[in-house]
This record gives sequence, structure tokens and C-alpha cells, in this order.
Amino acid sequence: MRTRERIGVGDALMLLPALFIGLFFLFPVGTVLWRGLGGEGLDAVFDLAKSPRQRDVLWFTFWQAAVSTALTVAVALPAAATVGGLSDRARRFVRSLVTVPFVLPTVVVAGAFDELFFATGLDTGDFRLRHTVWAILIAHVFFNYAVVVRVVGTACAGLDGRQAEAARVLGATRWQAWRAVTLPRLRPAIASASAIVFLFSFTSFGAVLILGGPKRATLETEIYRYAVSRTDLTRAAALAVVQLVAVLALVAVSTWLERRRPATTRMARPTRTLGSRPGRWLNVGMATALLGAPLAVLIERSFSTGTGYGLSHYQALGTRVRQLPAPATTALWNSLHYAALATVLAVLIGVVASVVVVHGRSGSRRLFDLGLTLPLGTSAVTIGFGILIALDEPPVDFRTRWWIIPVAHALVGVPFVVRTMVPLLRSIDPSIREAAAVLGASPSRVRREIDLMIGARGALVGGGFAFAVSLGEFGATSFLPRRPEDLTAPVALFRLLSTPGDLLRGQAMALAVVLMVFVTVSVFVIESSRGTAEGSL
Amino acid sequence: MKKLLLSLVTVLLVAVACGEDEGASVVGGDPAGTTVTLMTHDSFAISGSVWEAFTAETGVTVQLLQVGDAGTMVSEAILTKDAPIADVVFGVDNTFLQRGLDADIFAPYESRNLDVVFDHLKLDDNNRVTPISFGDVCINYWIDALPGTVAPATLEDLTDARYASQLVVQSPETSSPGLAFLLATISGTDDWEQYWADLVANDVSITAGWEDAYYGEFIAGGGDRSIVVSYASSPPAEVIFADPPIDTAPTGVLLDSCFRQIEFAGILAGTDNPAGAAALIDFMLTNTFQEDVPLNMFVFPASQSAGLPPEFVEHTTVPVEPHIMDPAEIEANRDRWVDRWVEIVLG
Repeated sequence: MRTRERIGVGDALMLLPALFIGLFFLFPVGTVLWRGLGGEGLDAVFDLAKSPRQRDVLWFTFWQAAVSTALTVAVALPAAATVGGLSDRARRFVRSLVTVPFVLPTVVVAGAFDELFFATGLDTGDFRLRHTVWAILIAHVFFNYAVVVRVVGTACAGLDGRQAEAARVLGATRWQAWRAVTLPRLRPAIASASAIVFLFSFTSFGAVLILGGPKRATLETEIYRYAVSRTDLTRAAALAVVQLVAVLALVAVSTWLERRRPATTRMARPTRTLGSRPGRWLNVGMATALLGAPLAVLIERSFSTGTGYGLSHYQALGTRVRQLPAPATTALWNSLHYAALATVLAVLIGVVASVVVVHGRSGSRRLFDLGLTLPLGTSAVTIGFGILIALDEPPVDFRTRWWIIPVAHALVGVPFVVRTMVPLLRSIDPSIREAAAVLGASPSRVRREIDLMIGARGALVGGGFAFAVSLGEFGATSFLPRRPEDLTAPVALFRLLSTPGDLLRGQAMALAVVLMVFVTVSVFVIESSRGTAEGSL
Repeated sequence: MKKLLLSLVTVLLVAVACGEDEGASVVGGDPAGTTVTLMTHDSFAISGSVWEAFTAETGVTVQLLQVGDAGTMVSEAILTKDAPIADVVFGVDNTFLQRGLDADIFAPYESRNLDVVFDHLKLDDNNRVTPISFGDVCINYWIDALPGTVAPATLEDLTDARYASQLVVQSPETSSPGLAFLLATISGTDDWEQYWADLVANDVSITAGWEDAYYGEFIAGGGDRSIVVSYASSPPAEVIFADPPIDTAPTGVLLDSCFRQIEFAGILAGTDNPAGAAALIDFMLTNTFQEDVPLNMFVFPASQSAGLPPEFVEHTTVPVEPHIMDPAEIEANRDRWVDRWVEIVLG
């Protein structure tokens, strides 16, 4: 299969993702770490190991991310299987709806959780959740639920249900059939989704600080504390190095897990064999409550006015309040615009990268796999400061260009496209490719017609992620210098919440709800653009 | 693989080759026709008409660049010292000032309008920065929710059992008002370490930031605590943005607890438009700019000659003797104080 043409195309294609990640990630991050460590070099990193506080921080960062991942997978897996068995349209709708938490700033979600804790008496006492590690874990499940449902759900939908059915006919129970037949086939997708959830939890900032309370610290919050509150760039850079190394190790493990036992698929009838019906719906019901309750609080607040309920907060979005440099509607428009751009970039680069990861030679394969996932596990401070000091001279004086913001968003979007697409491409039954080759298709045509057809589903689901991530991105955006007219919706929302007054708070809630609607509709539209292809496979 | 490496190397080479740069070329005289870039934090807001007036007066156009908060802005101004992204920064406050001064990021400039500024706001004798506005971080309380509706009058009162489980404060590690309040207690009590130990005994609650204190635990957002660290200008904001409209503020200010935050503007040493930058600093002290400040940023103008909007004055109490601390003293002790605070309060 390794023809000359295939290698040539692969190499040329590799340039695009390599340039992108090299210029906008590796170079800036390398520069900021180099500058930060300065004369101390790696001594600064080793010094960290001597500090008991930093050892605690590292340990806490790891275990909370691991537990968050396990919990999220446990809670979301049945829902993913259920979603996989839905009709096309319903599946796309659910997959769009679950992206809502992605666009909500933590400060807003934390507020909603706190209100729920107060309302249910969980803010104090023996069973308190507020300012506990449980609050962090719950928030991480809330924010990451979509990752498992979308990545695994997509893989589920593509499974051939006949094998599981065969197992059932041969006497296996539903659970046995699922464990022995379906689960191994989903393993790459579960590994992929887990990696994303782990990295998100590993670098989570707001949830840790606000819900966990001021006593909790992770690598991410420590990097912020040293870089911003203390302007101790050496310490911040040392922590960032630890974060990078940890993330590299993790991604290496997860890629290994993902590649082990690649199960194949023929893309036939969906599987519908997980658990008993009542059990499955119980899980989905609980998940809906977990996700829905904080959202319901936000929606209620957005309609609640001084005189009852009404639309006044929504109407106010069109008028500039003094705290904002532009009306909230301008911010919404900017955010949509940036998200569209970030999505196109992420899909373009992610698709090429995925093909390289699956078909490239082993060296470049591994490099791409690692390199492109790194931004997901890198602190927003590192990326923001890095771009600011590295891209500061012609011909790459990009740090104050407006498009650097969607580019920074795309950095986080690319890993989603890759992580959704790669398990799908790996799962393609080699006999399909062989059949195409036997029928006379050239290797490039095989790749185009088969890999891209099947991968397109992953690309679109990954693109939906990229869109949602960009629409809600706050961290890196806040570190990049922006012109006032380039205000994004999350930044506007944060501003509205930082001056007292019911009108401002109401408007912030309305803005959050509009973002929720925007992301649901946009992701649905993105994923529907190839709905026919998916249906026909 | 080779091509991949090659492309990475090319990118690196291009970037490294451009590492050398020319110094700032001084543009003297009339800045008309130039653009001056003003870097500031996300809380900055001013009316569009004010900038139009500046351009009409001087022929200079202003380009704003906004980043996160004051701390982020100072860190970034220091990081980009050799290749500044702006000509002027605004929003460096007295808790971060010394950091900028130590890093030599400012070019001294004595504004021709400096006379109008309140003397106590001028903290740098070399005029490397110019005071533009000030505000106070103060204890706020929800009048109707206070135990026995008795308002605390001094910092010491907050350790009284009457106010047990009523106070919520931001961590000075992550919050600017949190740091300001810590400084107020250091300046305003005999033994600040004992004071905080007493607050802990009185069940003080700590949050990471202002939002989760004010909207999370304070009554305003549905919480159950009646005393919070906020700003002297929070009560007027509660009135101006009330829904439905109200006549009097639901919150009051504990004047003994206030720490003065002064915001400065400074010309960045690497600017290539010093004349435009100077014109902007001068303009920021005119009444046109100064009188627009209160209702946009909820702080006071630094100029004595600026008039104040009636709705701002009516609900605002200005502390007569706020706590003020020398920026050099803050910078020299801040990390030690905060570490000690963490030990006492978060234990």
C-alpha cells in the first residue's frame, strides 16, 4: 500500500498543520518558557520538586483530573450509547444541545451551581458541596459531558450492530454482548474522549478557583498566580514546563491506549445494545438533571426582571451600557464571526493532521499526534504571553492583529477534530480499502473517497466542538490585546458581571442564554451539512 | 519528516533573525496626524465623544488595546518592554505601580495639566506616571440584612460576635479588591495577623474573586452574608442599574475600612510617538475626559477641577481618610504578607 504517490502527498500536506502549530504554538510557548526560565534554566523546574506546596499542587492536579475523567466517562457513556442509537436528526440535535456548557463562562456556571447549593442547603453543614473538591468534580462532569457524548456517540453510531445481535442470538445477555462486542470497538473513541476530558480538567481554571474555593490550587491556577499576581515569570515558566511534560506523558499514554486493538467497522446499522431500557433512561434522566438544573437557573434569571418576568434584559443587549465599549450584540456578532473562522481553520488543519496521524510514517505520526494535542493541555497564560512576546517582529508581528484571537481559538479546536476523526479513520475496515483498490481506485482516491467520507463525520463533529470552544473561550482571549470593537461575548459577559446592579447582571444572564442558543443552532447546522453522507453510510 | 523539520526550522529562523531592533525614534513637535495607542485593562470605558474631542483638538487619533485585568496588563507591559505594543498605558494602580517602575517601562513626563491633580495622588516624584483616577475598596453592607440592622463602624467591629458568619472577603492571592482590603487591615489595625485570626474565628468566608463574593455569597446575588469587600462606588451602581428603579442605595459603606486605589497613566519608554503620547496624557487630565470617568468606570477623577455627575455624588460616600500605602512598601512586602495571610486564613 505504501506507494510513492501516497508518501509525496502526505509530506506536502504535512506542511499546513506543521506550520500552524509551529508558528502559533511551539514557537510562542518555546519563547516564553525560554525567557521565563532565563539564567536558571531547568534548575527552576527542579526547585519546584523541593517545595512541598508544589508537590501537593501537582498531585492534586493529577488526581482531580483523573477522577473527573473517570466520573465523566461513567456518567456520559450510557448517554453516548443511547445517542448512538437515535435517528440521525435526533442524534444531531442532542449532540448540539450538549455543547451548551462549552460556551458558558465558569463564573456564570459557578454562580448557578452556588445558587443550587444554597437552595438545597448544600452550601454548609456536613453535606456541603460549596468549596469542596466535589464541587470541582461535578463542574468538570458538567463541562465535559459533551466530550464523551459527542466523541463516543459518533463512534457508536458508526458501529455495525449485527455482531452484537449475533452475540445475542448465540445466547449472550445484553450486557455480555455489550462488554464483549461493542465496548472493545468503542475503546479508541473512549480513550480519545478521555484524553480530552483529562486535559480540560487538568487545565481547568475557573471551576477550581470559584467552586473549589481559594484553598485549592492546580498547576493552572499556580501558573496564573505567579505570572500575573506575582510577576514571577521564572516560577511561572517552571510550572508551565511541568505542565507541558505532564501533558506530553499523558497524551503518549492515551494514544497508545487508543491504538491498541483498533476495532474495525463497516458502517452499518447502529448498535442499540447497552443496558436495559429503563436503566439507560434513568441515567439519561439523571444527566439531564445534572446538566439542566444550572442551565435552568440561568434561563430563569435572564427572564427575571424587577417587575416579574419579561424580555427587557434581552432587549437591552442591543444598547451599549457604559461598562462595555460596544453593545452586547456587537460582541455576539464578533464571537460568531471568530467562531466560524476558528472552525474552518481547525477543520482544515485537523483533517490533514488526522490523515497524517493515521497514514503517515511512524515518526511524523507520533509527532503530530502529540504536538497537535498539546494546546489543549497548555495554560492560557502560556499561550497568551507566548504569542505576545514571540510574534512581535515583522514578518510575524501578529500579536495585535484581530485574527490572532480566532487563531488562538483554533489551536484548541484542532485537537478536537483530530481526536474525533482519528478513531473513526482507524476503525475503517481494511477490506473496504482493499475492495476499492481491487476495483481500480488509486491510493489517493481510496483515501479521498473512503477515508474522507467516513472521516467527514468526525471532522464535522470536531468542527462543532471547535465552534463551541471558540464561542466560549475566555482565557487566551483575555490575555491578547484587543481593540474595543473586537470585544467578544464572554469578555462582555464578564465585564457586565463586574459592576453591581440588577440590570447589568440580568443583561449578562440574557447574553449567556443567547450564547447557549447560538451554539446549539450553529453546531446543529455544522453537523447537518453532511447529514446525507452520514445517513448513507 | 525532513520537510516537517525544515518548515519548523524556517519559522524559527525567520523569527530569530528579526530579534534585533532599532531604538525608539523620537518624533518631536506637533503630533497631529499620528495615531497613539493606549493599552488598558478590560474595565476601561470612556464615551466615544470624548475621543472625538481629543482628535478634533490635537489631530491625534487614539487606538485602544485592552487586556484582562490590571495585573495582566502590567505583566504584559513588562514582557513587551523591548517591543511595546502601545505608546501609553492606563490603569496601573498603586498596588502594581512599583513593579512597573522597577522594570523601567515608563518614560518620565510632567504633564502641563498636572496642577489640577489632588496632591495626595501624586506618588511618583519623577512623574514617570500621572494619576488619572482613584477609587476606594471598602467594606459594603446590605443595610436591611445586617444583624439587628446595626452597621459596623470600624474594622474592629467586624470581629464582633454580632457579625459572626456575615463577612465575605476575596483572597488577596487572586483578587485586586482582596489585596486592597488586606492592605487596609495592615494599615488600619495594630496587629493585622491577630485581626485576621479573629476574623477567621468569626467565620469569615473567602472567595477567589469579586464576582463570586458579591454575587455568590453576598445578599445581592442571593447569598446569605450581609457584609462584603467591594468598592465605595458600589452603592451608586446599585442605584443606577437597579431594576426596578430605586431612590436610595440598598448598601452602605464602612468608611473606616477603605483602601485607596489610584490609577495611573504612563508613557511607555519604547514609544515611537512621544509627542502623541504626551498629548494623550495631557488630554486625560482635561475636564472633557475627567468628567466622563465617574459614570463609565465608577471611580473618581483625579482632577480637582472636574465636576461630578449628580447621580454619582448623591449615592456615594467618599472616605475622608482612606488607608493609603507607599507603592514601594507594598511591593517590598506584598508576597510575604500574602503568604502570611494564606497561613493564617486558609491554613
